[in-house]
Amino acid sequence: MLRRLRTDAAGLAVALVVAFPLYWMLLSALKPRADLEAGDPAPFTLTPTLESFRRVLLVEDFGRYLLNSLGVAAAVVVLSTLCAFLAAVALTRYRFRSRATLLVMVLVAQMVPVEALTIPLFFLMRGIGQSVPQLGLNHLGSLVLVHTAFAIPLAIWMLRGFVAAVPRELEEAAWLDGAGSFTFVRRVLFPLTAPGVVATSIFAFIMTWNDFLFATTFIISAQENQTLPVALLSFFRPDENDWGAIMAGSVLMTLPVLVFFLFVQRRLASGLGGAVKG
Amino acid sequence: MATPAPPLRAAGRAFARLRRGGRLEPWAYLVPALAVLGALLVYPLYQLVLVSFYDYRQPQVTGAQPLRFSGWENYRTLLGDPQFWEVLGNTVVFAGACVTGTIAVGGCLAVLATRLSAWVRTLLFLAALGAWATPAVTGSAVWLFLFDPSLGPVNQALAALGLTGFEGHSWTYTKWSAFGLVLSQVVWCSFPFVMVTLYAGIRSIPGEVIEAARLDGASTARVALSVMLPMLRPAMAVVTVQSIIWDFKIFTQIYIMTGGGGIAGQNLVLNVYAYQQAFASGQYGLGSAIGVVTTALLLMISLVYLRALRRQGEVL
Repeated sequence: MLRRLRTDAAGLAVALVVAFPLYWMLLSALKPRADLEAGDPAPFTLTPTLESFRRVLLVEDFGRYLLNSLGVAAAVVVLSTLCAFLAAVALTRYRFRSRATLLVMVLVAQMVPVEALTIPLFFLMRGIGQSVPQLGLNHLGSLVLVHTAFAIPLAIWMLRGFVAAVPRELEEAAWLDGAGSFTFVRRVLFPLTAPGVVATSIFAFIMTWNDFLFATTFIISAQENQTLPVALLSFFRPDENDWGAIMAGSVLMTLPVLVFFLFVQRRLASGLGGAVKG
Repeated sequence: MATPAPPLRAAGRAFARLRRGGRLEPWAYLVPALAVLGALLVYPLYQLVLVSFYDYRQPQVTGAQPLRFSGWENYRTLLGDPQFWEVLGNTVVFAGACVTGTIAVGGCLAVLATRLSAWVRTLLFLAALGAWATPAVTGSAVWLFLFDPSLGPVNQALAALGLTGFEGHSWTYTKWSAFGLVLSQVVWCSFPFVMVTLYAGIRSIPGEVIEAARLDGASTARVALSVMLPMLRPAMAVVTVQSIIWDFKIFTQIYIMTGGGGIAGQNLVLNVYAYQQAFASGQYGLGSAIGVVTTALLLMISLVYLRALRRQGEVL
């Protein structure tokens, strides 16, 4: 009994330490600016204020970057899930030559360190931008393009199991009822794999939402097209960091991801869940 | 007289025949994904290798000078540059320390979690989920604030404990202290994956096995080392290699926490080094060569990962 209590106490202490950075983030976002700049060490505040949030949203135009991030992430979710779902259908419900090869290639593609592709992708986007400006450098389209590509391999890999789980008899029944292959895929298969689609969508969302490297490389001079991570970094000013604003921005950026993580937590333990963090 | 086949079976056969006929059908479904991957993953990969063999700097980008094939010159420059070897060393040591730290913390907490009361375990997992969910950018910002020389609670606490020299102490000034700070942030946000995976692994070990070992007189340490660890080996292999893959290509945390690679580049790792060579110094060919080296190293590690997955029974 005493031993149980001791391990529980240790577990509780560890949980507190792990949660402390997030607690401090929220606390600092709510502390009045004067307290923060005086280096107030109190682990609580009696005068919580939304002043930092207001400053971030109104003065720094954080809402705009939030919308940019949301827009890019939403587009990536739709495009990558659609492509990956169709590819998963082909790879699980058909037997054809080079199917196994393709599956291995999907797995290998998932392991390509996309960070190393920054240089060629930068020039690719520069080239695309010369004919279609919306998809080129300094535009959000460039981020949509690259993250769609990065999300597809993992999404195929995850959706595979869901698509394969739909019984063959359903397909035959649909065929007997006169449904063509595409009708079956659209009207039967897609709704039945909805849980898998939701899970992969969330992974694609988080992957895109968190990206810093490509956002900072592609959006060079168009400040109005920045996404959250880069905007957050612009709050860092030598020697006079506005920590209240940085922490408020961090809270705004962390919250959506936290909510989504609660949704997918069950799937996180499988080996592929890890592929999100980069 | 042959009995007529049941209608459904016949339909199934006709269906299968139809399937075999439509050889192009799967490809129609594959086209969108393959087009996107081909244009934005395979083609850039090819370009990366190609550019690494060219003399490609700012004058070539603007078109002031013609593009010149330079063969292995970028690689020769790289291998002859002491900074490259230092960066490679940094990367290996830093990534190695991150992997060791993550697995040690995650593993210990997974074992701890099996012994906790349910409500404490839930709290621990919730806290870990929060750390896991934190984006690299915000995590870096928060840890920088925690360790801020004058306003950070860490220095304040250390000073309050009576330790001198921590008031205004900068954690990012010296090389290994800066690496240590980034390391602690990386361990904080990546140990939950290890903990959750290993916890699930431990839970899947049948209780009878451990009970049998206990009845045979094995101590707790003995049970952990000789019974649980071998049974956890596949899960361990996956978390280890997955951690190596992440920690080897860390970019955001280093870039933000050390301000782009530290004072005089003391905290550069391969990815940040390639980025700086290309986008800060305009050496795109050289940067690409670094990218090729990184990719080759990581793909080798990934092949090991593939084999580990296979052994764990993941079907292809």
